[in-house]
Amino acid sequence: MAATAEVTLPAQQLPPAEAIVEVTPDDMEGSAPGASEDHMLIAAESYEDINVAIDEQYQRGKVGDEKDKGKNEIEQSVRKLSIDDRSTTPSDEGRETPKEEVSAEGKERSNSMLGNRDRPQHVEEECYSPEWRQRQKHVFILSEAGKPIYTRHGNEDKLVTTMGVMQALVSFVQDNDDNIRFMIAGSHKFVFLNRPPVILVCVAHSAESTQQLLLHLTYVYNQIISVLTFSQLSKIFEKKRNYDLRRLLTGTEKFLDNLINLMDRDAMFLLSAVRCLPLASSIRDIIGQSIAQAKAKDLVFAILVGRDNQLVTVVRMKEHSLHPADLHLVFNLVDASTSFQSAESWTPICLPKFNSNGYLHAHVSYLDEECSACLLLLSADRDVFFELSEARQKIVTRLNKYGCLQAVRESLSKGSYKVAQIGIPDLRHFMYKSKSTAQYTSSELEAPYMEEGERHRLFGMYQYLHHRVHNSARPLKILFHVGSKETMLGWITSGFELYATFGPLVTKPAAINAINKLLRWIKKEEDRLFILNSYTY
Amino acid sequence: MKSIEAKIVVLGAQGVGKTSVVIRYVGKLFSKHVSPTIGASFFTFKMTVDDYRVKLQLWDTAGQERFRSMAPMYYRKANAALLVYDITCRESFENIQSWVDELKKNVEGTIIMCVIGNKTDLASRREVSREKAEQYADSINALYYETSALTNDGIQEAFLQVSLSLIKLSQTDKSSGLTVYDGSASLLNADGIIEDGMHDMNNHRRRTDSEDSNTPACCS
Repeated sequence: MAATAEVTLPAQQLPPAEAIVEVTPDDMEGSAPGASEDHMLIAAESYEDINVAIDEQYQRGKVGDEKDKGKNEIEQSVRKLSIDDRSTTPSDEGRETPKEEVSAEGKERSNSMLGNRDRPQHVEEECYSPEWRQRQKHVFILSEAGKPIYTRHGNEDKLVTTMGVMQALVSFVQDNDDNIRFMIAGSHKFVFLNRPPVILVCVAHSAESTQQLLLHLTYVYNQIISVLTFSQLSKIFEKKRNYDLRRLLTGTEKFLDNLINLMDRDAMFLLSAVRCLPLASSIRDIIGQSIAQAKAKDLVFAILVGRDNQLVTVVRMKEHSLHPADLHLVFNLVDASTSFQSAESWTPICLPKFNSNGYLHAHVSYLDEECSACLLLLSADRDVFFELSEARQKIVTRLNKYGCLQAVRESLSKGSYKVAQIGIPDLRHFMYKSKSTAQYTSSELEAPYMEEGERHRLFGMYQYLHHRVHNSARPLKILFHVGSKETMLGWITSGFELYATFGPLVTKPAAINAINKLLRWIKKEEDRLFILNSYTY
Repeated sequence: MKSIEAKIVVLGAQGVGKTSVVIRYVGKLFSKHVSPTIGASFFTFKMTVDDYRVKLQLWDTAGQERFRSMAPMYYRKANAALLVYDITCRESFENIQSWVDELKKNVEGTIIMCVIGNKTDLASRREVSREKAEQYADSINALYYETSALTNDGIQEAFLQVSLSLIKLSQTDKSSGLTVYDGSASLLNADGIIEDGMHDMNNHRRRTDSEDSNTPACCS
């Protein structure tokens, strides 16, 4: 156990009584349920993007510095980030507000900016609307020149001054060869992601940690790259620093909106993993084979996705694997638009992890009239629509012949599985991620989590749990958290991550017992819940 | 009976109703909640005109600026272009003119152009007069129709005239790039393809029906 004694108070809204478990569950690390040697997806670590983001930001700020020193500081700053973050309890507010990240001068300057904004001539700015101010989470995108590009709430035209302040904050700190990362004021977190030529800012008073908010911003940035590619984005601003990027992004707002909404409720982003549609492995094999047989020139990936962002299968070129973060953007593309439901479509898409500088061309179509499963054929060649259309037709014929689409529809209508099926009395809900395959499975949400508010609260609890076990300053292996409404257990091994919700009265030994039983159940069902063998071209 | 296969590209600014016009024609329905097209959508349609079986392959392109660079892919091999604008939006009419310039510059063979002023159901908010648009269409030697995807006005006529022009083109210009099937053997072959097209079309109809009820409003 790497865990040390726990002394700090838990974060806001969380009742006390939290302890690090000393009991070790059965060692299942050797045979983590759902583990596989298959490299369909790249095994992604939580926060890997953020650490890269921090590294990159830092190195940009510190060009010319000694390497060793730089590296040390990165580690320190990452450490600082997580420590600061964890202690944002209400009682800490006063002490925590003046972040070290912003120098004293920076603060003064930002204050005077805020002062300017308060003058009456700017009354039309969104920030004067109480409704707008009360939003739980804001996301802003602006250019390095301070031009508004996107806002999650309200109208970015009415945020010119506000975004000007954000730009000023970023560039002021940059003048000192440093990077602003976040500020905390009261219950609000202000998180910055500086990815030239754009700046992304998130302002939230929610359960997420600053790291998790930074992860959201990274996804939003990747969504933009997915639409424009990095090379196009940087070229535009090289030519014209003052460019209004909204011109090129018209129609993209709904994808950004949808992505941010998804991140507020879908655990796939938090876990850096994808959820598979439960299917008999024999059916999944036929689907994989059928898709693999209908190959076409330069076809890199074929992705079949069911409703609610559940993966049916991925067939890939042997030498390429798909990163879950790229797959999440593909899911978002399908989830956010009904345009693909009316006809076969052909669209360029950039997968930032695969190649942030180039497009793949996607043939997108639903395979049946109910629009239950959407097939995406991604090719490097922009002139192969008709070849892919033909391949798609062959796939449909084959899948219908073997009743696969019927099986997909049945699984979709049945939903996930009820936790009662597992037969563990006190267990209410769980999420299990198999690290090696970057896939996760979770039970259906049932009472008492049927209402939107309660679901949101539970998701917040999972975010908290996730944040605590992945705290880079003090990573935990097991966290047993007793709350007034439920007891939660988070457990990280080299092979898996498990987050479980129990009734509030469960005892530690009972919970550990239940978890062992749960792992055995997942192991038994792993063929159905996970994609363990994938097909290649 | 001869068969002819033609490629048609639909161009125009975003939100003028390109997809609505196409779906109205191919799927015989109208939905208020058409999602903006991503990239381009492909439709097929067949009809019989003047002893010709005409099979149309339609590329419905996205009007958004970011997809503009993809357009040559679709108009390069097209036999006809439908240039759609919104009669209540002057800008969208000016946009048509830039498309025409681009087509003239980049398309080598003959391409039949048809200017379509859509949304006549909103005539009270009209910004582009019929005379002005007709005059322009004449000047570039294009057909001109005013349509409403909502009330299904003028769309059949527009497609019929385009098809007639395509047939005429195939008779007069052998280098037009139009695929013409002659004789029974190839006709059978063409029939097979055509039936596929019909099948597809039926699918779309039902799909778009279900779309009506559960998609949020996002017409732009």
